[in-house]
Amino acid sequence: MAGKTTKHELKSNTVPAMVTVGPVALLLLFLVVAPLIFVAVMSFCETDEFYNVVYSFTAENYAKLVSPEYIKIYAQSLLIAFITTVLCVLIGYPFAYIIARTKSKKKQLLYMLVIIPFWTNSLIRIYGWRTFLGSSGWLNKLLVFLNITPEPLDLLYKTGTTVLGMVYCFIPFMVLPLYTAIEKLDTSLLEASGDLGAKPLNTLIEVILPLTSGGIFSGCIMVFIPCLGYFFVSNILGGGNTDMIGNLIERQFKSANNWPLGAALSIILIIVTLILVKIYQKLGGDMDSLGV
Amino acid sequence: MSTIVELTGVNKLYGTNHVVKDLNIKVDEGEFLTLLGSSGCGKTTTLRMIAGFEEPTTGSIKVEGESIEEKEPFERNVNTVFQTYALFPHKTIFDNIAYGLKMKKVPKAEIRERVLEMMEMVQLTGFENRYPSQLSGGQKQRVAIARALINRPRVLLLDEPLGALDLKLRKQMQLELKRLQKKLNITFIYVTHDQEEALTMSDRIAIMHDGVVDQLSTPTEIYEHPATRFVATFIGETNIYDGCVTSVHEGVATVTLENGAVKVKCDDSFSILEYATVSVRPEKMRFDSKMHEGFELVAVVKDYVYVGSVLKCIVSLPNGNELKIERLAGQELPQIGSRIYPYWEPEDGVLIHNDSYKIFKALDEIKLA
Repeated sequence: MAGKTTKHELKSNTVPAMVTVGPVALLLLFLVVAPLIFVAVMSFCETDEFYNVVYSFTAENYAKLVSPEYIKIYAQSLLIAFITTVLCVLIGYPFAYIIARTKSKKKQLLYMLVIIPFWTNSLIRIYGWRTFLGSSGWLNKLLVFLNITPEPLDLLYKTGTTVLGMVYCFIPFMVLPLYTAIEKLDTSLLEASGDLGAKPLNTLIEVILPLTSGGIFSGCIMVFIPCLGYFFVSNILGGGNTDMIGNLIERQFKSANNWPLGAALSIILIIVTLILVKIYQKLGGDMDSLGV
Repeated sequence: MSTIVELTGVNKLYGTNHVVKDLNIKVDEGEFLTLLGSSGCGKTTTLRMIAGFEEPTTGSIKVEGESIEEKEPFERNVNTVFQTYALFPHKTIFDNIAYGLKMKKVPKAEIRERVLEMMEMVQLTGFENRYPSQLSGGQKQRVAIARALINRPRVLLLDEPLGALDLKLRKQMQLELKRLQKKLNITFIYVTHDQEEALTMSDRIAIMHDGVVDQLSTPTEIYEHPATRFVATFIGETNIYDGCVTSVHEGVATVTLENGAVKVKCDDSFSILEYATVSVRPEKMRFDSKMHEGFELVAVVKDYVYVGSVLKCIVSLPNGNELKIERLAGQELPQIGSRIYPYWEPEDGVLIHNDSYKIFKALDEIKLA
């Protein structure tokens, strides 16, 4: 009885859902849902000879997307995103492990090292890399000065350069979920494993990796998906040699001025993303750790 | 009986915090040794050093005569049962128990046979494919024990393994553990803060206090002949009197307390004018309506406490100290508020050197110098 009354009181004292959730819902409606519908509608439109969008219904844009040169770029995007993700795991895991297992004050410092780059715009940081790697950049100057190479190396505008920039941009997105997962790991499990005769490598394979797989998984999703759309990294560091889906979209909206085609490309990217998130969910991934 | 684990001069410091102080323990093969003490006394740290999770700051630890400081935990022939069980949540019960054998690359068929045999021994048959989260506390405990024992360790270390279980289950597991230990003839080093558990299960108990072993002896010896004031008060209930030895005659000392003189049996180590503590268990205390030879205590009956099997009489001395006396069967109960004369048979009391006495003596020597 008592429980029931409190429940009732609670309900009557609560601010109506319209007031609490309403404004947020309205905001989302205007800033997310409406533009998405707009993009979807536009992907079926045409352009006239002056590049103006003509509202009509045609599947031509989608038909264009299956041309071999586009498919090559999709494949390249997926490949670059995949390599980036793998490298992020390989570099990020040990780093996240060290931060999570450090007990002293150094932990704060290490954690800050991951966070601080966020304080500068990523575009500026990528330009920084271009300056650093350029033929008259510091790296080449140093290499020449140390007589390692007689002439400056051609480091820019290669697939590897794009991957480097991507890894650099996305490593915090990998480290943070990994850090959370490793932090949660019960130390006594590692002790138990060693106590039962497991060498450190066996403990890693049998206990640490399976118990932090959720973090690895979240990190991969957080890196792989945005990586497909990060056009400016391949623009600046890849110099147009390593185009990704993001670059195609950007070009349609800007230089090519073909908004309907760009919209169709965007829709494809959104669908790919949704499929990946769905797979993640199906495999038991935690949606909270993605921030959705 | 041969020594299987030997700690010599072991010290452990965390920064300036001296957790374990000059520990010397010899554990015999096949014995059940308990490290007993309240939290923060260094008992778990000691256990973790034997397991290899912590390194002693100084001193040496030997298992089977071999120094093991240089060995990693996975190279030691000891296994641990953790307080929190530390079962692998992503592995089935079968895989949890099989873990140690798998790491030793034992053939699969043999693993299967030994795991099933071990599961039967701890009464978990049929649980092979469950996960730890699907088990109750008592069942998890059994898995933890089975997982350690399957490796046939020479020494099993147990860190408060029953701490998280309820009283009834704990009592049952105490007997089961003891049975397993005798059956497998494995040396158990057991850490607990529960004195009853220690008294029930152990062959010997090491009572730790402030990083020091106060007494290492059999349960009976510890209960009946506590070596220090701390041990006397920590184990069971007792009445404590601090006083000064005023005479020693034929193995019986007269100790003058604030409330009058008493008599107690003693050995040669006590000398006249030494500060000492007398400890007498409530069941050894007597009282009478007249004063007994050698006992000058006078007390007033304050209360009676009924504790199931016995009736305890709480009496108060003139200085306000309270004593607990168990009533003898059929003894007439004086009214509350009436005057009684507590006494005991001199051999039923224990005389303990008072540590502060040593300090006084040292101060005296400094003054004389």
